[in-house]
Amino acid sequence: MIGETSTNGHHPSPEVVIEFRDVELGFDQHLVLREVSFRLFRGETKVLFGVAGSGKSVLLKLAMGLLKPDSGTIMVLGQEVSSMPEAELFELRRNIGMVFQESALFDSLTVEENVAFRLIEEHTPPDETRHRVEEALSFVELQHTMQKFPSQLSGGMRRRVAIARAIVSHPEVILYDSPTGGLDPITSTTIVELLVKQRDVYQTSALMVTHRLQDGFIMATHRYNQEKQQMEPVDHGVNTNTSFLILRDGKVIFDGSAHELRGSTDEYIKEYIS
Amino acid sequence: MPILSPDELAKEKVAAVQEYSLLAGHSVANIFRQPRYLGDLLIQADLIGVGSLPIVTLTGLSIGAVLALQTSSTLQQFGSVSLTGQLVSFSMIKEIGPVLTSLMVAGRAATGMASELGSMKVTEQIDAMRALGTDPMKKLVTPRLFATVIMLFFLTIIADFMGLLGGYIVAITLLGLTTQQYWTSAYQQLQFADVFQGLSKPFFFGFIIATVGCYYGFSTKGGTQGVGRSTTQAMVASSVLILIFDFFITRLLIGVFGR
Repeated sequence: MIGETSTNGHHPSPEVVIEFRDVELGFDQHLVLREVSFRLFRGETKVLFGVAGSGKSVLLKLAMGLLKPDSGTIMVLGQEVSSMPEAELFELRRNIGMVFQESALFDSLTVEENVAFRLIEEHTPPDETRHRVEEALSFVELQHTMQKFPSQLSGGMRRRVAIARAIVSHPEVILYDSPTGGLDPITSTTIVELLVKQRDVYQTSALMVTHRLQDGFIMATHRYNQEKQQMEPVDHGVNTNTSFLILRDGKVIFDGSAHELRGSTDEYIKEYIS
Repeated sequence: MPILSPDELAKEKVAAVQEYSLLAGHSVANIFRQPRYLGDLLIQADLIGVGSLPIVTLTGLSIGAVLALQTSSTLQQFGSVSLTGQLVSFSMIKEIGPVLTSLMVAGRAATGMASELGSMKVTEQIDAMRALGTDPMKKLVTPRLFATVIMLFFLTIIADFMGLLGGYIVAITLLGLTTQQYWTSAYQQLQFADVFQGLSKPFFFGFIIATVGCYYGFSTKGGTQGVGRSTTQAMVASSVLILIFDFFITRLLIGVFGR
């Protein structure tokens, strides 16, 4: 795991972009997250596994500052989001991209307006906005849908537009909430390829929530070949920039690399990944 | 729906009042903060103001005509049919114009806001907006609030005029009054206090319509069924609040102006 290999004293410690320290959150007297602690380093992609209701999406919303924890500390890009007022969070969020579970595209805006939303809010000049929107949409291979409305797109296309909207401002961190949820296997692979491309081309740090094991393992075993413009298996078996975190009943029961995950002796984890 | 204990119910209601007060306070305070969404304000002004014009015009015309008919039958007993214009103008300008226009606009705008924002809430579009670094209060609530307040003021003036026109048509065609008789009677007794009373109400009612509509939209839970529930609640709450506040504002202004 990146954190372990970097603390040997020979290399400077990689920068922590997201850190959860003993975070707890409950709704209606039911604890959803319990003493959650982990760190995400710069350039790393951490895949969050867990069954439905284990608190994965809540964890992403906490990282984004959309929810406040009952206790514990959350640091994002060196700032404590757990105690930050909403007005200051808006500034911080400009450096973070988020892809929501159901895409959450603005249904009254066109694809172009959706992707350009953040740039327009930042008063980016129209020519530059147009150029960056085209760039983001061509990244997800949807440049031909600019004038369409979200309702005119398929589920997979909407998810790709949501990715384009998240990456258009070149954020330092991206949070993916079940980006392949509810999609067919072929479309899911297309989406995962985009995430691998984003990770390897732009070196963006990411937290990715999923309940599809194969998505996480594709992330860990593949890299993006820019020359061939396609995803391919990693030479030595595992991409060290990808790690895994498993939640069970709101608690972190695993945080480590793909090798460590495969070698885990925990009965629940063995059953989960089998 | 779970049955709540009295203290839980009380806490829920107090929390709702607190949330509503915060939303109302922030939406007003945001007018002094950057960024300002002038484009969104104009879009909402068009939707709320121009969009409500046909129904407000029709309502004003109809109520004015009916008022003239109803009052004339009473006035006839005292041989004072010539005062029909005065009664129509007093009733329309001081009371019926602002209240009825507000109720009509509440039916269109408060429900529209609750359903639109409620749909955005349940499909995570509000969260997406926050995640994109934009304050939904500034982008969605403040333009709707100011558009409603401004447009309701002008819609009330239009409704008042249409009411007077409706009364005039009845007075001429059915009551045998002359144009001069009707308009002189309608205008002569009207004082600044009456006009002020009628035209100050839309500011309060517009505030109620927009903040209640947005509050119910933002607090929507439970998918499409929740959106429907929020829409109904917004309509009922805004109408009830308009009627309650109408009494207190009227009492206050009568106290201030003495009429």
